Amino acid sequence: MNYIDTNLKVVGTRPIRPDGVDKVTGRAVFAADTRASGMLWGKILRSPHAHARIVSIDTSKAEKLHGVHAVVTAKDFPDIANEEAFVGEGPMNFRDLSLNIMARGKALYEGHALAAVAATTQAIADEALALIDVKYEVLPFVIDVEEAMADNAPVLHDDMFTGGVTPKPTKPSNIAKVVTFKKGDAEAGFKDAEVIIEGKYTTKPVHQAYIEPHACLATYSSDGQITIHSSSQGHFMVRAYTAKLLGIDLANIRCTPAEIGGGFGGKTLIYLEPVAVALSRKSGHSVKMQMTREEVFRGSGPTSGAAIDIKIGAKKDGTIVSVRQVLKFQAGAFAGSPIGPGCMCGLALYDLPNVEVIGYDVVSNRPKVAAYRAPGAPITSFAVESALDELADKLGMDPLTLRKKNAAKNGSKTHYGVTHANIGFEQVLAAVETHPHWKTPVKAGQARGLACGFWFNIGGESSASVHVNEDGSVSAATGSPDIGGSRASMGMMVAEVLGVPVPRVRTTVADTASIGFTFLTGGSRVTFATGMAVTQAAEKVVDELKKRAAMIWEIPADAVEWRDGMAFPAGSNAGAFEPLDLSAIALKAGRTGGPINAEVSVNAQGAGAGFGAHICDVSVDKETGHVTIERYTAIQDVGKAIHPSYVEGQIQGGAVQGIGWALNEEYIYNDKGQLENPGFLDYRCPVASDLPMIEAVLVEVPNPRHPFGARGVGEVPIVPPMAAIGNAIRRATGVEMHDLPMSPPKVRAALDAAGK
Amino acid sequence: MPKVIIASGGSCHQFTGGKTEFELEATTFRQLVRELDQKYPGLGSHVEEAMAVAIDGEIFQDAYQVELKPGSEIVLIPKIGGG
Amino acid sequence: MAKSYVSTTINGEAAEYLCEPQQTLLDVLRDVVGLTGSKEGCASGDCGACSVLIDGTLVCSCLVLGVEAEGKSITTVEGIAQGEKLHPVQQKFLEHAALQCGFCTPGLIVASKALLDANPNPTETEARYWLAGNLCRCTGYDKVIRAVLDAAAVMRGEAS
Repeated sequence: MNYIDTNLKVVGTRPIRPDGVDKVTGRAVFAADTRASGMLWGKILRSPHAHARIVSIDTSKAEKLHGVHAVVTAKDFPDIANEEAFVGEGPMNFRDLSLNIMARGKALYEGHALAAVAATTQAIADEALALIDVKYEVLPFVIDVEEAMADNAPVLHDDMFTGGVTPKPTKPSNIAKVVTFKKGDAEAGFKDAEVIIEGKYTTKPVHQAYIEPHACLATYSSDGQITIHSSSQGHFMVRAYTAKLLGIDLANIRCTPAEIGGGFGGKTLIYLEPVAVALSRKSGHSVKMQMTREEVFRGSGPTSGAAIDIKIGAKKDGTIVSVRQVLKFQAGAFAGSPIGPGCMCGLALYDLPNVEVIGYDVVSNRPKVAAYRAPGAPITSFAVESALDELADKLGMDPLTLRKKNAAKNGSKTHYGVTHANIGFEQVLAAVETHPHWKTPVKAGQARGLACGFWFNIGGESSASVHVNEDGSVSAATGSPDIGGSRASMGMMVAEVLGVPVPRVRTTVADTASIGFTFLTGGSRVTFATGMAVTQAAEKVVDELKKRAAMIWEIPADAVEWRDGMAFPAGSNAGAFEPLDLSAIALKAGRTGGPINAEVSVNAQGAGAGFGAHICDVSVDKETGHVTIERYTAIQDVGKAIHPSYVEGQIQGGAVQGIGWALNEEYIYNDKGQLENPGFLDYRCPVASDLPMIEAVLVEVPNPRHPFGARGVGEVPIVPPMAAIGNAIRRATGVEMHDLPMSPPKVRAALDAAGK
Repeated sequence: MPKVIIASGGSCHQFTGGKTEFELEATTFRQLVRELDQKYPGLGSHVEEAMAVAIDGEIFQDAYQVELKPGSEIVLIPKIGGG
Repeated sequence: MAKSYVSTTINGEAAEYLCEPQQTLLDVLRDVVGLTGSKEGCASGDCGACSVLIDGTLVCSCLVLGVEAEGKSITTVEGIAQGEKLHPVQQKFLEHAALQCGFCTPGLIVASKALLDANPNPTETEARYWLAGNLCRCTGYDKVIRAVLDAAAVMRGEAS
């Protein structure tokens, strides 16, 4: 059923989230808050070297330390053959994942896990780690993406031969693969151009920087049954990956999603869980593990640093005739950067006749890349949106006008073959034009930047169940970990369909044993796909409620209507019966057939793509290079805001992560390939005093494939900020900003270089 | 016949030797994948595991049963995840 | 090393515990006393997720030793509400949707209460600088600041 453009009573309002009180009183249970009797603390030994052969690991002294119950190394994990199986976000190479969580043969980055211990206290575990004797043969390392591509670069994997190249190379390389996308003829297109803009852009690795470090509690019972409580974006993924890495049946694992303190993509894979299970199996005790903040920075999955070359050709009237982009993304120690989306997203916003994009997935001696909110898109859009701004300047054209002239519309074909349908980019640009921020003249001493962004959003498999309790209240459960308030919107959609007030619906997230398979929370999919499942489950419950009312009234089932949370006879012919609400029908459930519930699983297709445009006013302190964000507006097509406060929250949060990426965040390595800033003091995320209010403007162009018209919203907002800010800085100072982050020393250096 | 384009040559090169456009006889996507696999052994399972498909412009996650028209354009792109 | 005996007050109630001399107050609260509301985000005093009040002063409990609580009065997030009655800061956080994952929320609640105890009428800038020691990665701080200023108005009797 489709509820778009109907009179909605609940969807679109702003009720208090059902898990809210627990969260503001400290009662909510996160993974590190869990306990088990007799539990041990697990800790990981990590490589201090960026690249080294592991000559030997001697754990004998650690094993003898009083209080140590188990020590594991790669010997305790199956040696997985080179095999790929798609179980999580993108094709996950399980051999690489296994090597990442416990090194075998080689340490490939500073922080790479080599061994783990389980002991009665954290202090004893730390002592035990210090007693593990590792002999290394330190090797030359490489971190920068272009240095890693050079012919004489130290090679990380002897068996890596660049894919996507014909004929297949015979010399191992750090280039895992090359991808290309072509539309029309880019070279011919440039010959037609009247104006050309070229530029090279670089970005540094940044971390998702969730405030909650990875944590889990694992118990291996003597009958081989395993329970895991874990901070994760996907407990079905945790179950499947843990099973794969330990070589056990996933049916033996029950995975409960703890409340999760942020993920943003960084918790769409695993680091600790198989290690905790292995330690639990070996020690016979439950094992709790939590990363320290340093370990999070050194040993989890920061995103790619990158180098991008872009060339844009246009006519004098602003029509873009050709674009060529070459992107080089760090993948970290193992293949798998978001190079694909990086090649697709930057130009997806525009209707372009000739395009050539070439992308390189390059390994180097830094942690393996994990997903980070719209993976690949912020990096590519930094280059595209900055270059477009420079083009606008060269043409003497307003940057918004340039976007409007080339904007993708319904029916526009992207350079990667997909035709846009039901998109709202034009409406977003129209909203920019009429917004007070855009119309207000820039204040003296400030400058303004505009940039746009795109993300596909995904659908996929989700399961949801809706139960009517004996008192007529409703329990709704889904398999989607709640990372930002989705329990509220799930409950709201159920309440809308059933016609009951929101507090009558209690929403929970069920464990892997209690609900059907659900793909992880990421890709901006939950409101779309899990929302679809829970809505359909609620609709099935309504059908059943009508049937039960018909039985109570002894009339045919099709003679019953459902309205405002009650069953009514459909028309006066059906009979003069008083309406029955859920509690009245539930009271008789046992006598009319039994419990009233429904569970629905979907593989949701038709996720609506998201478009955004951000306007940013900055002031630049030319003496220090410090950039202040004076005013920020983020405009985005959200399809339909189920709970507008949480939609606004996604936009504000994503924009601020982008602001951090733009202005301060970066991984700083020393000359030994070791991270110098693995803490929140020197890895500088935005704090409250750095920012103004972030105005989030919700444009609603419904996605007809979702019952309420919703699109994914979480990822788009991190895409525009870097170019929006860079463009503003350029207008403030006259200096092009091509390198991230635009931190005070970098801005000062750029001003120095330009003689300002 | 439906036309198949591998939009990101990259990962499929090892199977197709660099060819990125094909015309194949098939009425469903499932049949098409079988045809591809017969011509290029291994490509079929690679497509299923690592690629997303846009059929006549729309991205599909679960495309097995989707019917292909004679002039259908099928574009294989890298699988899209998210964060 | 022998454990130290500490006698203190936590959330208005007499409390006592044994702890190692080097254990932080945060670890003691979470692992010894069993109050897991205060969170470890960094263990180096940079994120504020472990914020508590000691004799009314806002501190990072990861930078305080468990033994330093001797004779003092500790307030954690668990002690901010009065039974079922939420503090205005907590109520406004819920109304304004000033939390998403909720991990930084306990620290922010404690820090915000400390702000309003010290300054019942803060400006937006004063609120932002007071809360600069509490990192939030989900919200971008917008709704947090709105909630705090709204709670201040409620406490001054100017709003509900």
